[in-house]
Amino acid sequence: MRRRITAIDGTIALIVLLLMVQVWLLSATLDVYLAGHSDAALPGALCSGIIFAATAGLYWFVHRIDRSDRRQR
Amino acid sequence: MNKLDDKTPAARQPESLWKDEFSVFNDRERFVNRRQLVKFLTLTSLGMFAGNVWILIRSWFRRGETYPREAIARLGEIPVGSVKLFSYPNPKEQCILVRTSGDNYVAYSQKCTHLSCAVYYSREDNQLICPCHNGRFSIRDGAVIQGPPTRALPHVILQRDGQELVAIGMSGKLES
Repeated sequence: MRRRITAIDGTIALIVLLLMVQVWLLSATLDVYLAGHSDAALPGALCSGIIFAATAGLYWFVHRIDRSDRRQR
Repeated sequence: MNKLDDKTPAARQPESLWKDEFSVFNDRERFVNRRQLVKFLTLTSLGMFAGNVWILIRSWFRRGETYPREAIARLGEIPVGSVKLFSYPNPKEQCILVRTSGDNYVAYSQKCTHLSCAVYYSREDNQLICPCHNGRFSIRDGAVIQGPPTRALPHVILQRDGQELVAIGMSGKLES
């Protein structure tokens, strides 16, 4: 149980780090767009999509741990 | 012996009954909260991804944007160091034309890129100034010189057509 909670805490920390990068990416892309350039829009969307996929993968990991824990109980 | 050991099964019974009736387990509760937090963070990430996709779609549509060709002034209509206000590319967008020297004209959107106040031309400073928060823009290229704005003023592209000055497009994004 304790090891699982530690794993979940680590996952949350990783997700928070990814979200910080994603916030920066969104604000930078928006700033470039408002400055009249559209070159950064596609790479920004692609990187943001990759970060979202990673976050969703981590959510799935937490969900799997939670499910196996419930089964054991 | 500690106090717990002193309790007889009969003495413990009400507590057990209470736990059965209100079955809240701290460990499980913490666990569920973590799961909910991860779900919330994942949805936040989805929201930011949607924001990036929205910017991509908007910039996709902007590529196909065309600007009208409009005569905005006659050559020599305004004296050196003076301005003329006009609307471009639509009647809602106010722009400012400045005659900086004999044959040199520049035109910018009049909306400050900070909070959309109207900028004016200061002949003494040779700058475009926003009166709201004292933002200053270069007359040469519309770049920010000082103040809270972070982006340059959108520049109206001018062309000389005989005795007329014609606006043919804009560089930079208009504040909406």
